[in-house]
Formats: sequence, C-alpha cells, structure tokens
Amino acid sequence: MKTKILIFISITALLFSFRAKQIPILNFNQLNNQYLNRQTDTVYIINFWATWCKPCVKELPNFEQITEKYKTQKVKVILVSLDFAKNYESVLIPFIKKRNLKSEVILLDDPNSNEWIDKVNPNWSGAIPATLVYSKNSREFYEQPFNFEQLDSIVKLKTNKK
Amino acid sequence: MKRTILLINLFLIGHLLIAQGYKVGDEAISFNLKNVDGKMVSSDSFKNAKGLIVVFTCNECPFAVAYMDRVNELNQKYKDKGYPVIAINPNDPAVQPADSYDKMVKKAKEKNFSFPYLFDPGRTISATYGATNTPHVYLLSKQNDKLIVEYIGAIDDNSGDASKVTKPYLSNAINALLDGKKPDPSFTKAIGCGVKKKA
Repeated sequence: MKTKILIFISITALLFSFRAKQIPILNFNQLNNQYLNRQTDTVYIINFWATWCKPCVKELPNFEQITEKYKTQKVKVILVSLDFAKNYESVLIPFIKKRNLKSEVILLDDPNSNEWIDKVNPNWSGAIPATLVYSKNSREFYEQPFNFEQLDSIVKLKTNKK
Repeated sequence: MKRTILLINLFLIGHLLIAQGYKVGDEAISFNLKNVDGKMVSSDSFKNAKGLIVVFTCNECPFAVAYMDRVNELNQKYKDKGYPVIAINPNDPAVQPADSYDKMVKKAKEKNFSFPYLFDPGRTISATYGATNTPHVYLLSKQNDKLIVEYIGAIDDNSGDASKVTKPYLSNAINALLDGKKPDPSFTKAIGCGVKKKA
C-alpha cells in the first residue's frame, strides 16, 4: 500500500514538474494585450531575447538579479523569447530548466515582425537584445544590452517616481 | 539621483548615434572590399547592372543562416535581370570571433554562395549604410553612376519558414524597379541579430 502511495505521489510530482516547464506561446496581439499595457502600480521590465543571441544570454543574469532583488516589490521582469517556435521543446525549455530561470518567460511566435516591431517602439530596428520598461504613466525603450547597475538604476528611478 | 539621470541621458545620446545611416532616397557610397576568394570586389565591378542587392549578413546568426539559401536563390534569379547580390559581413571579428574572414571563406564554400561575400574591416561601410542587424538589405539602383537607396529592410515576412512567406518584400521591391516603379513598402523591419561591434 505504502509503495502504491509513493508511486502515486511520484507520478503526480513528475506531472507537476512537466507542467511547470510549460511557458505561454503567444502571437503579438496576445502579448500586447496581456503583457505590454497593464494599468497597474507595477513596473514592468520586458526583455526581448533568444537562446541563440549571445549578448542576450550574457545579460540574462542581470534581469534575474532584478527579479530576485525586487521580489517583494511591485517590479516584474518578463523575458520574451524570440526563439523559433520549432525549437520550443528542443532548445528553449531545456535552456530555461538548465538556467533555472525565475523570471516569467514567454515565447513570442509571430513571424510577421514588420507588422509589430513598431508597435513595441518605433525606434526599434528589430535587433536584440532590446528592453521595454513601463509603468502606468511612463514608457522607455532600449535597444542595447545592460549590466546590472544600469538596469537597477532605471528600475530605481521608475519605482521612485511611480 | 543626478547621476542616474546623467546615465539615462547617456543611453539616449547613444541611441541617437546608433540611429544614423541611410534612408530611402539617399545616395550610397561605393565600396571596394575583399571577397572570400581573396580578390577585391567593388560596387562598380558590375558594369551592366541596373543596381545592387546589398545584404548585410554573417556566418552564425540563426536568422542570417535561415536566409542563406534564399539569398542564393535571389542572386540566381535577379543577377541576369541586372540586380546581383553582394553580401557584406558587418560584424567585428574581435567581438564575434565566428565572423572572422577565414570563417567567412569556410561558410561561403559550405553554403555554395553564388555571390560575393565581403569582409568590411573596421565596419566602415556597414556603419555608413547603417546596418543594425543581420540579415539587413539595402537595395540600390544605379542612376548616372550614382547608387541610390531604393529599399531598406527585410527579405520577406517569415524568417523561420520560407514556405510560409506571404510577403516577399525584397523580390517585390526589385520587381517594382524592373517595372520602372518605386518599391512599396520601401522600408520594413525584421527581428535579427544585432551587429557585433565594439561598445
């Protein structure tokens, strides 16, 4: 009986761990509606990245550090991956697991980027890494990689004047 | 606090500097750069061409790689119609070792490039054109020996899957020029790898 319960618990745990690895796959309209225009007291840091983008992967720990540092405050990091959707299972999910990413990750699967790049910001060339920082009343866009101090100074400024 | 504002202003100034480069209608400078076969190739080398398809691309960026076969096909299709492809690597190999000249030579062989693939030492040409990502296309027409920028942007609207392309922006732009019309759209954007340069 005990073994059966143990097996049941193990299977449930296993199922949960599989579930936990899933991340949302959204097209741009869904991303825009659900994540890029929230009218709350939170400061959102939206980082556009991909597993194949070296400078993006290099700066990821800085975003993770922001998530950790501000976990009790109204600051939220969202990592929007631009990996090819066909690499979702084979590359993206294993990457998230291996790096043990704590920030929320979303896969943006919308190849028609000419239609939506300007909607994120008209100054964006389309190159990554790129980061959008917004709160209820202000919005800034950066097409550049960040070190932690730069990122932290922006978040501090935003949380102060919010 | 003051320092923070100063820092943020510095970012903004950085943005303005990055944002420079050609716009549609500008006259583009000619170039003379080393090809993967060791010979120099100039924008004036194609005497009978009506224009040039300048593609800033590189060895390893997944988007650049995804488009390599398509760029080869474009060259084969449009070279004889007067619009040959010239590819230029805009990355600094000191920042991105995978984009060294030797590795360009290897990549061009491996992928059977039918077009010149040029090394741009010091990124002079790439920076003047304003290439921000790879691949990044500048379609030029020849007008009285001047090179005029006619279209800037993406090759098409689906980098991940050539079979799902609905808008072949670059082909449409070349066809418009061949018909004596102006490309519409003349400017598009696409997600790509940022060019690798010293900060």
